[in-house]
Amino acid sequence: MESFFETVKTVPLNHYIILSSVIFSIGVMGVLLRRNAIVIFMSVELMLNAVNLLLTAFSVYHGDPNGQVFVFFIMALAAAEVAVGLAIIVMIYRNTNSVDINVLNRLKW
Amino acid sequence: MSIFYFVAFLSILFAVLVISAKNPVHSILYLVLTFFTFTIQYILLNAQFLAIVNFIVYMGAILVLFLYTLMLINLNKDSEPMKTNLVKIAAVLGGGCLLVVIVGALKALGVSQPVILKNPDLGLVKNLGKVLFNEFLLPFEVSSLLLLSAMVGAVLLATKDKKTTV
Repeated sequence: MESFFETVKTVPLNHYIILSSVIFSIGVMGVLLRRNAIVIFMSVELMLNAVNLLLTAFSVYHGDPNGQVFVFFIMALAAAEVAVGLAIIVMIYRNTNSVDINVLNRLKW
Repeated sequence: MSIFYFVAFLSILFAVLVISAKNPVHSILYLVLTFFTFTIQYILLNAQFLAIVNFIVYMGAILVLFLYTLMLINLNKDSEPMKTNLVKIAAVLGGGCLLVVIVGALKALGVSQPVILKNPDLGLVKNLGKVLFNEFLLPFEVSSLLLLSAMVGAVLLATKDKKTTV
């Protein structure tokens, strides 16, 4: 088990930052690219998780447990956000019979 | 060391599949796999509490909520109209520019130190619980209020309004 955790010790911090930024950028692309409201929501979850991983890596790097507590709070916030957001999507579907965000353009311009 | 790069490759691959899959159900299943690779990363960092919470809360609760919502609104036909090619290229360029800026700023920093686990029981439940219930007791209680209000709001939004629908 000890040798298992030895594997991380040779990974530079920069590689964690690059991995998180790649995942975050994929999330941004997903929000800009898709028209299905649920897939956009999943891209937001992807961005939240990239930040979580980066906070954990920084927390381990500095030996500070506060970062991991922040990740715990972000997860609680994500759960609340998903519950309310999916309720809003269900309500939108009930009113417009689709989850296409291009239908919801009344606030445009 | 090679475990990290293999898992990182897998998480990037599954994340690309999440946003490129046509069927939303496939998107959710790829998202489950992405979160599983994140759980492996937490275990590699010896953040055991976060690994378990990520496994139970994200993969167990949030993604099942997504699947149930998808089941309720019955989207199994591949009817999502895609955006035009111009918007697609603009979206990929925008995300790529963000990535290039972050990585370029990182390159200016030079070589970084490797991530070394100084305190092996940093991410264990005992250690994190002491921090959570001493320094972060007030935010913890406030987050319970947040979850309660989110539950009330979700029930209020998702129930049918009898006066307007009938």
